[in-house]
Amino acid sequence: MAYVAVKGGERAIAGAHAWLDELRRGDPAVPELSVAQIEQQLSLAVDRVMAEGSCHDRGLAALAVKQARGDLIEAAFLLRAYRTTLPRFGASTPLDTGAMRPIRRISATYKDLPGGQVLGPTFDYTHRLLDFALAAEGAAPPPPAPRAPAEEAPMPRVTAILAQEGLMARETPSEAEPPDLTREPLAFPADRPLRLQALARGDEGFLLALGYSTQRGWGNAHPFVGELRMGEVAVEFAPPELGFPVEIGDIAVTECQMVNQFAGSRTEPPQFTRGYGLVFGHCERKAMAMALVDRALRAAELGEEAAAPAQDQEFVLYHCDNVEATGFVEHLKLPHYVDFQSELEKLRAMRRTAEAAREAAE
Amino acid sequence: MSAAPGYNFAYLDENTKRMIRRALLKAVAIPGHQVPFGSREMPLPYGWGTGGIQVTASVIGPDDTLKVIDQGADDTTNAVSIRRFFARVAGVATTERTAEATIIQTRHRIPETPLREGQILVYQVPMPEPLFRLEPRVAETRRMHALADYGLMQVKLYEDIARHGHIAISYNYPVMVNGRYLMAPSPIPAFDNPKMHRMPALQLFGAGREKRLYAVPPYTEVRSLDFEDHPFRPPRAEAACALCGSRESYLDEVVTDDRGGRMFLCSDTDWCRQRREAAG
Repeated sequence: MAYVAVKGGERAIAGAHAWLDELRRGDPAVPELSVAQIEQQLSLAVDRVMAEGSCHDRGLAALAVKQARGDLIEAAFLLRAYRTTLPRFGASTPLDTGAMRPIRRISATYKDLPGGQVLGPTFDYTHRLLDFALAAEGAAPPPPAPRAPAEEAPMPRVTAILAQEGLMARETPSEAEPPDLTREPLAFPADRPLRLQALARGDEGFLLALGYSTQRGWGNAHPFVGELRMGEVAVEFAPPELGFPVEIGDIAVTECQMVNQFAGSRTEPPQFTRGYGLVFGHCERKAMAMALVDRALRAAELGEEAAAPAQDQEFVLYHCDNVEATGFVEHLKLPHYVDFQSELEKLRAMRRTAEAAREAAE
Repeated sequence: MSAAPGYNFAYLDENTKRMIRRALLKAVAIPGHQVPFGSREMPLPYGWGTGGIQVTASVIGPDDTLKVIDQGADDTTNAVSIRRFFARVAGVATTERTAEATIIQTRHRIPETPLREGQILVYQVPMPEPLFRLEPRVAETRRMHALADYGLMQVKLYEDIARHGHIAISYNYPVMVNGRYLMAPSPIPAFDNPKMHRMPALQLFGAGREKRLYAVPPYTEVRSLDFEDHPFRPPRAEAACALCGSRESYLDEVVTDDRGGRMFLCSDTDWCRQRREAAG
């Protein structure tokens, strides 16, 4: 009876897992990809998985990419499911990205500035021509790229330069420990630390589209990239039993400070306002999109009209998490035949009612 | 009877379980009220029952016997997968018999066998908010619950009747709990709603992605919304189970060919088996 085949069960699951393993490995005649190769040579995929997986561990992220057969949302999911089992020790002291030695640091608002513009490793000025030479393997590694000698001069953040002149709205400082959205559910209205946290682990594609929409009139944005910097920054943690911060390691981050117009209000003079993006690893597109969306979400606090999707907290924060989104979208393939049966019977009953009404009218 | 090495009993760490149990206590104290909780990322995807799994993991002990059903059946792939998960991380006994289980985790059904005191029914919930199709903003629906402002739902039901002659909801049919909170019973067929009313077992609801828990304590009043002149009448296929002949149970329709042939079978596989065994 067909019925038996519908209700799969244990053997079907075991078979599916075995098949998945086989497909992940691919043709055994092709050498297996190592986690180290993924970490080194697919490093931007690894970075994205770290960012959306909310876990800064290149090795684990590379393993997740391998296990997920390159499906980055699946990889972020694997990493998060691991991360959630780890104990939480507390919050680090705020990262001092001003002390970063950036490998890349650019400003679109100033031609030159203290610390200089550092182009760094970027796709920006490459010509997108497939490099067929790369298809041939075994070539000697490229020679080390020339690097400008590290400047000893500090690299102040552009927004700080503007703030000195009073042109940049200052953020309200807070000593409060930021909320942890992986431990406490979102609550609305969500304040900015919580929003930024949600955006930092939000889906790059979703934030990109939302940020883009603010540029196209859905949210009234007039952004400039005040500064974009990426590089390693020290993480400090103050254990309660010590009472002073100790450095526990360096992490790679990308930071984007977007400068936006603000016409002023009854209490605030006209000035620039900030949209902020900070993402693990080298995720420039994500950091920029995040900064656009962060600024859009400030509409309410700045007294601006908030009608566009990117300005709507609930819309953005509830839908930016790709692990949640993919779960709910994909769960539609789970069986729903009990509910569907109810719908069938209801539809048949409604059709009978409509039919009877039509016959009565004739 | 041993749990998987490297993981705590029932996967979640004890602090997380305590947090969830506290939320559950609050949920039991305010029947039908949605309690936010710090839902964890589980090793199963959102939409597969992460809320139910977290609830089960928080209330299960080594002496419990677990039954897991999906669409009423113990042998659907997701039910198998979740049962195996708990067998692996908690090492507990599992069963397919409703009467033997102390905890039953379910997706989309309430077992036909009446539940008794001491049993816990854990529902997997996709959307805990009964008003979400009428008002998508959670901040707003919270206010409506606080004020017991449920006119929007009554109007929706009225409009259904005016337009179609019927209330056009066949599953996830909204209920009033203890005369106070409007509650989504999860996508069980409306056929199952009356079983919730004054059920001797504890009913717990977990929505992992939406990070909400709620509960119906034993013997609590649960009424499906209706009108005096349009009483609640849940649909059921006008047929008998092809295997056990039941005319009371909820049936799945199985299409047997491409010429309109079909048969009906109990959705609750344990119930169907019991009846066939009793008939010899």
